[in-house]
Amino acid sequence: MSRVRLLVGTRKGAFILTSDGKREKWDVSEPHFAGWEMYHLKGSPVDPNRIYASQTSGWFGQIIQRSDDGGKTWNTPGSSSEELAGPDGMPKGESNKFVYEGQVGSHMWYDGTQHPWEFKRVWHLEPSLTDPDTVYAGVEDAAIFKTTNGGTTWVHQATAFPAAGSFVNAVHLFDANNGVAVGDPVGGMTVHTIILDPKNANRIYIAISAAGAFRTDDGGKTWRPINKGLKAQFELPDPDAEVGHCVHRIAMHKSRPDVLFMQKHWDVLRTDNAGEQWTEVSGNLPSDFGFPIDVHAHEPNTIYVVPIKSDSEHFPPDGKLRVYRSRSGGNEWEALTKGLPQKDCYVNVLRDAMSVDSLQPCGIYFGTTGGQVYGSADGGDTWNAIVRDLPAVLSVEAQVLP
Amino acid sequence: MIRVMLPYHLRNLARVEGEVQLEVAGSVTLGSVLDALESRYPALRGTVRDHGTLRRRPFVRFFACKEDLSLEPPETKLPEEVVTGKEPFLIVGAIAGG
Repeated sequence: MSRVRLLVGTRKGAFILTSDGKREKWDVSEPHFAGWEMYHLKGSPVDPNRIYASQTSGWFGQIIQRSDDGGKTWNTPGSSSEELAGPDGMPKGESNKFVYEGQVGSHMWYDGTQHPWEFKRVWHLEPSLTDPDTVYAGVEDAAIFKTTNGGTTWVHQATAFPAAGSFVNAVHLFDANNGVAVGDPVGGMTVHTIILDPKNANRIYIAISAAGAFRTDDGGKTWRPINKGLKAQFELPDPDAEVGHCVHRIAMHKSRPDVLFMQKHWDVLRTDNAGEQWTEVSGNLPSDFGFPIDVHAHEPNTIYVVPIKSDSEHFPPDGKLRVYRSRSGGNEWEALTKGLPQKDCYVNVLRDAMSVDSLQPCGIYFGTTGGQVYGSADGGDTWNAIVRDLPAVLSVEAQVLP
Repeated sequence: MIRVMLPYHLRNLARVEGEVQLEVAGSVTLGSVLDALESRYPALRGTVRDHGTLRRRPFVRFFACKEDLSLEPPETKLPEEVVTGKEPFLIVGAIAGG
């Protein structure tokens, strides 16, 4: 019988939750990398025991960790006993080296002053669909790095997210000088979403907070914004601007790579032509603000969001934690509440903290800033708290193991 | 022999317990001690100083003999007690919220 493994990143360590295919009883691991912010952990689709993890700290910066045995043991890449040439067995120090190349330039802060582009942390790791040694990293300040040697070294990919205009307001910034989209200097300027097209190896979608969605069709050499149809009524001087939209998450079903679903700062949207045009599908949601969005593993038109009250109040409306499901690819939504707290609940669900498994029926999982990880083994009809008292959850990734 | 005390998380990362001891060739300065530390424990590269600029990370502090040397330039000579190994050079995670 298949097993399920959840990789959970939190503010104070990573946890691995495992269950059999029934997904009723779960084992919760001891904390990995206790005390560190674990932004994201993700396994290779071709080798699920190969797991990459982003370990960060405001004190000591970025660390990359890799496991080759499903999360039992970890090394900074390049440091396994086979890889170490020296006799002392000391870990190497290149796997956390994220250096911007080329003319990086500067960008404007909220106060109008120029600040140099600066690496802060890896938000998201997206392993290749075909090669376990190749991974893309989405980082803050917005850029993409790529490794082709299992994380041992990382190379900055072309950053030419093209300029479309120039504006400044209190929240969102755009720097036309160096042709790089930038954003909110407090929480933004981050490549947080990377989606690899399963049918076209040269096509990658990314999303940058306070900048928007972008697509490459040449394997990452050039990028162009794909934000037509997005509206920012309050955040931008021009609501229809080509760049500057605060996209929170994009999701795709692997059977239909031209169809994308988006949870934006406000609004849930859909495109049927790879981002050329987006249409709002918020419909009857109680709030169309939120962070994660995901697609059912077997029903490409069934999508899930977690409505949040507003940009100013990052918790569910009315203190009720509700996942909303649409079986029609948007517009018509139903609240899923069974097993979720329906009063006094004021947690948030962050953009990388929702995931689906590919068992029958489809399992869905999400983690909260209150430290709960909720799971449903029936497509969202009923929910259970797998664990209740973890540190604030930053990310959840589900893996199915044979 | 220079004695260096690392914060908890960096001891784990470098896979050491307690103090580390370093040989520093030539002048014992803030910069040369950190160079020797990173050379002996490469996993610490980027965690104390930036990979490229070699500037101290904002939430890391350098103490020695009850003095705060965090703002001193890299060519600053360390006190004699540190050079002789009587006192350790302290790398400290700054106290910050959270």
